[in-house]
Amino acid sequence: MQNSRSKQEFMEQYKALIARITPRSKLAQGVWRSFWVGGSICLFGQILNDIWMRFLHLTLQQAGTLTSITLVFLTALLTGIGVFDVIAKYAGAGTVVPITGFANAMVSPAMEFRPEGWVLGTGARLFTIAGPVLVYGISGSVIVGVLYYFLTM
Amino acid sequence: MQSENRIGYQTVEYRSRPVVVATASAVGPREGKGPLGSMFDLVADKADFGQESYEQAEAALLREACRLCLSKADLGEKSVQAMLGGDLLNQIMASSLAARALKVPFLGLYGACSTMSEGLLVGGMLCDGGYASPVLCTAGSHYATAERQYRYPLEYGNQRTPAAQWTVTGAGATLLARSGSLPLRPMAALTRGCIGRVVDMGVSDANNMGAAMAPAAAATLCAYFDDTGDVPENFDRIITGDLGYVGSELLLEWCQKMGHPLPRERMMDCGLAIYYPEQDSHAGGSGCGCSASVLSAYILPRLQRGEWQRVLFMATGALLSTTSSQQGETIPGVAHAVVLEGVRE
Repeated sequence: MQNSRSKQEFMEQYKALIARITPRSKLAQGVWRSFWVGGSICLFGQILNDIWMRFLHLTLQQAGTLTSITLVFLTALLTGIGVFDVIAKYAGAGTVVPITGFANAMVSPAMEFRPEGWVLGTGARLFTIAGPVLVYGISGSVIVGVLYYFLTM
Repeated sequence: MQSENRIGYQTVEYRSRPVVVATASAVGPREGKGPLGSMFDLVADKADFGQESYEQAEAALLREACRLCLSKADLGEKSVQAMLGGDLLNQIMASSLAARALKVPFLGLYGACSTMSEGLLVGGMLCDGGYASPVLCTAGSHYATAERQYRYPLEYGNQRTPAAQWTVTGAGATLLARSGSLPLRPMAALTRGCIGRVVDMGVSDANNMGAAMAPAAAATLCAYFDDTGDVPENFDRIITGDLGYVGSELLLEWCQKMGHPLPRERMMDCGLAIYYPEQDSHAGGSGCGCSASVLSAYILPRLQRGEWQRVLFMATGALLSTTSSQQGETIPGVAHAVVLEGVRE
């Protein structure tokens, strides 16, 4: 084999070749699709929010909670009947970023690991994808909360 | 000391020319709708193959491919002296479950997607050395189990990169025997094999397996040509397992660079043959079952009919695990090659 320096050069040349041959994701198309689908989901959420406030006479905070619940329920339903991943394949970040992405990240492992049983399958694997989001999301909000408390003292 | 069955550093010669006497394939519905759909022996209506889990379905596909292969050879399970097989599951579970059902002497193999040519390579040695005949070589994979093993839950909504490949749901079984030992017309003879070295060029993108495996494929091809003095023009086809679009292009470029230019018109990749481009498989098919089922359904029949005289069959494997990629390891690749020749009456 060659000495380590020419081996390094060899690997650099190969990396350059990979970059030349590997097709890239279509950025403009991806951005447009995630924008319009993500935006539509948010618009739908806003309409729901208005409906809950007007017809159920809820406060803004109560209506917001119910809107989240509704979107999570609809995502879980669409995931369950095998439609959500088809939409997400088209929309990319458009379905991942809103609360729909979180709901899908919970329901899909719950279904996937069902054959291993309720406890060691669904129960143990429920947070495989959403777990890091929860850990760092909650930790982050605790830190921000503490900072906020001291800064406004 | 150089053994008499060895040529050069990596190549072996099967002096007694073991023969392929029967072969069979079993695939899922998506593969059944591909260009080779009508050539597979069994196409399952549903991806779960009527089983309780996809892992069980994968084992059932392997088992059925083996049974079909044996029934074509008109042999009972008891007559198989060794079964060599592997898959992509943890602890090659699907193959072990298939071997449990078949009750034949079993040697498990793991070569990731290179398992089919690894099986033929070792199976040929067992036949040639007089240790076992007939030998059943098999490999299988399943889209749903591979997704779970390496990627995300099936219903998780994500996008695949353009270089990503689609794991084939399918299995192939090929029966090798010592020449003249069975009253069957041989489909092809196994004449040489080349044991691949593990090659790693620093690729860590698990969504670009073709790029990770192409240097290993190039290394095995170069080793074979250097060891034997053979040339690519002596083959009707040089067939790779599942390099896909990206890996196939890289192989051509890299072999050129290594001083063994390959003729594009003689190259074939099982991963590119198994799906139509509009089946949305991105860079092509992959998995142990890809090369195994295409070998059974397409390559061996063409050798049998005399449409091809001599092919080099080289399945390639990406030897990563989820643990190794999460720990930041790059992807080691391997490729094993066997030379298959038509048998004249």
